[in-house]
Amino acid sequence: MLHLILFLGFGAACVAGAVNLLAQRHPINSALSLVVVMGALAGEYLLLGAEFVGAVQVIVYAGAIMVLFVFVIMLLNAGEEELTKGSRVALLFGVPGLIIGSILVAWVLLHSNTGEVPVGALPGPPKAIARLLFHDFLLPFEVTSVLVLIAIIGAVVLAARPGAPQPKREN
Amino acid sequence: MSVTAFIIVSLVKTVLALLILLTAVAYSVWLERKVVGHIQNRWGPTRVGPFGLLQPLADGVKFIFKEDLTPPHVYKPLYIAAPIISLVCALTSIALIPVGNDVTIRGVDIPLQITDVNIGLLIILGITSLGVYGVALSGWSSNSKYSLLGGLRASAQMVSYEIALGLSLVGVLIMAGSFSLRDIVEAQRGFFWGFIPKWNVFHGQIVGFFIYLIAAYAETNRVPFDLPEAETELVAGYHTEYSSMKFAMFFMAEYANMITVACLATLLFFGGWSGPVFGPPILQAILPVLWFAAKVFVFIFVYIWVRGTLPRFRYDQLMAFGWRILLPLAIANLVVTAFVVAM
Repeated sequence: MLHLILFLGFGAACVAGAVNLLAQRHPINSALSLVVVMGALAGEYLLLGAEFVGAVQVIVYAGAIMVLFVFVIMLLNAGEEELTKGSRVALLFGVPGLIIGSILVAWVLLHSNTGEVPVGALPGPPKAIARLLFHDFLLPFEVTSVLVLIAIIGAVVLAARPGAPQPKREN
Repeated sequence: MSVTAFIIVSLVKTVLALLILLTAVAYSVWLERKVVGHIQNRWGPTRVGPFGLLQPLADGVKFIFKEDLTPPHVYKPLYIAAPIISLVCALTSIALIPVGNDVTIRGVDIPLQITDVNIGLLIILGITSLGVYGVALSGWSSNSKYSLLGGLRASAQMVSYEIALGLSLVGVLIMAGSFSLRDIVEAQRGFFWGFIPKWNVFHGQIVGFFIYLIAAYAETNRVPFDLPEAETELVAGYHTEYSSMKFAMFFMAEYANMITVACLATLLFFGGWSGPVFGPPILQAILPVLWFAAKVFVFIFVYIWVRGTLPRFRYDQLMAFGWRILLPLAIANLVVTAFVVAM
């Protein structure tokens, strides 16, 4: 009972945050709504018994990535966005696409025969996750880390202006 | 334990922990003024009560009765929310800190901790990482250049040093094999050659300890890393535009964070509440808590001592130190620890 109430509460917070993210006109408010979404998702993970994923969700997404978002918004001093009426293309393709997508997801969820999984049956504790990451899925994990490294190098290359004099370092 | 008993015990523990924490916050401010005063050949507070001991009360009354000024052109919702976020994040983490062995009262086993979570350390890191929002948003919503610069500096600094902080703790986690603070303390039991305690700091984690301490000073925005509120250039940094209780909330959050850092250093590197225990049962229950408090006090004192001794870093030095020295050192410490444990 309590489980269901908490699930619905976190779910409602998550959806409300997501809607608010789109409705707000100021980038900072949108970014903060996204933080709420992340936090609510972390709550849902905790309810599933995936405490490690929940904690990492808060530390990485809410605590680091979104802080950088807020940091960039502050640094650029981005102001309020003007509301446009929206493009006709988005209306023509977006609304039917949204409806078809939702029906597809609902259909798949209703017809998948995974059955009920009791809370805590899936690997949730850090040790189980570590075993999966570094044993069963070692290659995908390492490939992902190489991918991240490539992205970092790409960002450095894009950010560095060619030919610009390197700033002198004084100590 | 029945549900009612659980609720009553939890409530009592929460209220007690909050009372003790807030008193500790008030008296660390007093201690800081007193110790820094003596370091600088002054007396510090002496007027209110013996040795100025009632000074925190006077300060509190002053904060409450000051006019709560809200400057024009601030972004009000976030301007009000920012100090609340800071204080809530700072006070919440104490719920996960264990201060001693379980105590048995009338057959009921009561752990001296509000809640024991098996990923306690991760949750503390998560809560403290959310504290950045208080600082960043206060800087932005104040609509003042000093506040904005302070907030930007603070968020960049805290995100940078969080990495070194997290990595310095992984060594301890490898040694204990658990995220639970209770298990980490249990793993530090015993002695080398019968007299040196097997605390992590004597057990190969001394480099990790110093990385943790330095990164934690930066995380709490304390000297020598107090650039977010460098008064010579930024007036007061991110809380320039705050007055009265709103300023007091930032102030309390800073000292509560110091206490959390001191508690974590004690638990992770200095064996928590371990220490010589003797005497009748009542003394055996109290002594571990006293050892814990004594170790925390030492760390608070070191905090103040460092503040009285060191000047402030320059901003580029701060960033270079964090990324070029502290982070590689933390990674090296992690690799060496992992190798030694795997052997």
